[in-house]
Amino acid sequence: MTRGPVLVTARGLTRVHGEGPSQVRAVAGVDLAVRAGELVAVMGPSGSGKTSLLRLLGGLDVPTSGRVTVAGQDLSELGPDDRARVRRRTVGYVFQQLNLVPLLTAAENVALPLELDGIRPRSARAAALGALADLGVADLADRFPRDLSGGQQQLVALARALVGERRVVLADEPTGALDSTTGDEVVRLLRARVDAGAAAVVVTHDARVAAWADRTVFLRDGVVTDVAEPGDPTDLLLGTPREASW
Amino acid sequence: MSVRHGLLALLAERPAGAYQLRQEFERRTGGTWPLNMGQVSTTLDRLVRDGLVAPADADGDVPRWTLSPAGHDALRDWWAAPVARTAPARDELAIKLALAVSTPGVDVRRLVQVQRTETMRAMQALHRLRVEGAAGADADLAWSLVVDNLVFAAEAEIRWLDHVEARVARAAATRDARPPAPAPRPATAPADDETAARR
Repeated sequence: MTRGPVLVTARGLTRVHGEGPSQVRAVAGVDLAVRAGELVAVMGPSGSGKTSLLRLLGGLDVPTSGRVTVAGQDLSELGPDDRARVRRRTVGYVFQQLNLVPLLTAAENVALPLELDGIRPRSARAAALGALADLGVADLADRFPRDLSGGQQQLVALARALVGERRVVLADEPTGALDSTTGDEVVRLLRARVDAGAAAVVVTHDARVAAWADRTVFLRDGVVTDVAEPGDPTDLLLGTPREASW
Repeated sequence: MSVRHGLLALLAERPAGAYQLRQEFERRTGGTWPLNMGQVSTTLDRLVRDGLVAPADADGDVPRWTLSPAGHDALRDWWAAPVARTAPARDELAIKLALAVSTPGVDVRRLVQVQRTETMRAMQALHRLRVEGAAGADADLAWSLVVDNLVFAAEAEIRWLDHVEARVARAAATRDARPPAPAPRPATAPADDETAARR
């Protein structure tokens, strides 16, 4: 699809943990811009700063220096409450540990961010059911997380990230606990949302997930070391599917 | 696999001319193995010489070929036998990295990253091609399986590069952590001298 406006920007993003000799620069001067219709994968070894970067982009953490802009709003100019509002309305976050609330049904989990944002429960539930249906799991609506398989829980977590008008999706290892078929399905659905106009950043160690991306950013020691964009497939393959000639 | 077995497989289905064989071979292998007419003709000549292929009725002016009973046997044997993995192909990347880790002054980490970026680019391009191809009304199974093979090969290469990087880092950490070799002890310890003097 045609790329839209830039929805996520990081400029000189730096996050330092600790002080003195034990100081660790988890993210060190990262610049990044993600447009609507664009899926960016972030890869790198353990401890390279992938999750730290994603948390900064989602306003879950505050940078030591640098800026994050989400849908035109500079998060550094917002207080905690306003940042939380941006997170609820604009950013869908898929956590590595899913973070589904065990005492709520799938539909209630998906509706939760909307209700926290003041939307009436009936409307929030309708939106939640719509989001679950979009992912093909409407039948799970009234089941509790403990009654769902890992793949089903992941789809519910994805529905919660996509529900409402969220235009930015940030996902941390969204296929980490899934078999390859379910994992492919999760990424395909995420890709479809991006093609419909969202911007997404996916942290992954899995090259098959990154293959769905428009761009792959490689991190090491908090620094972007390289960026891969799809090459020309004609260098790799001369043929395309053709009608049988006999 | 050889072109030889590919042509036997196609001729087992129906008699065909050289041009038609070339077209169909390329189509079924996803264009990953383009043939020129010279290769097809030479291979057909050899197959005829070996008694595996025989001339069939011509299609107008175009000569056609068909499989002999011996050709059917050879093809059956080929389908039944696994592809031998005893002699791995010389992989330039494996050789390059083997040389890099044993040559002083080469930035192996950078080499690995540059390669990973390149392989990722290829994998993304192939993936895109696969998704677009699969979306077509007449998705071609043979073609898409060949593309899948290339995607899996790229993925395996990236995983191997991750592994190389981790192994190299671990080796460097072990080297750095190793205590320096102890200084050689003097031939006569000073304490012994003092003891001797007191005596």
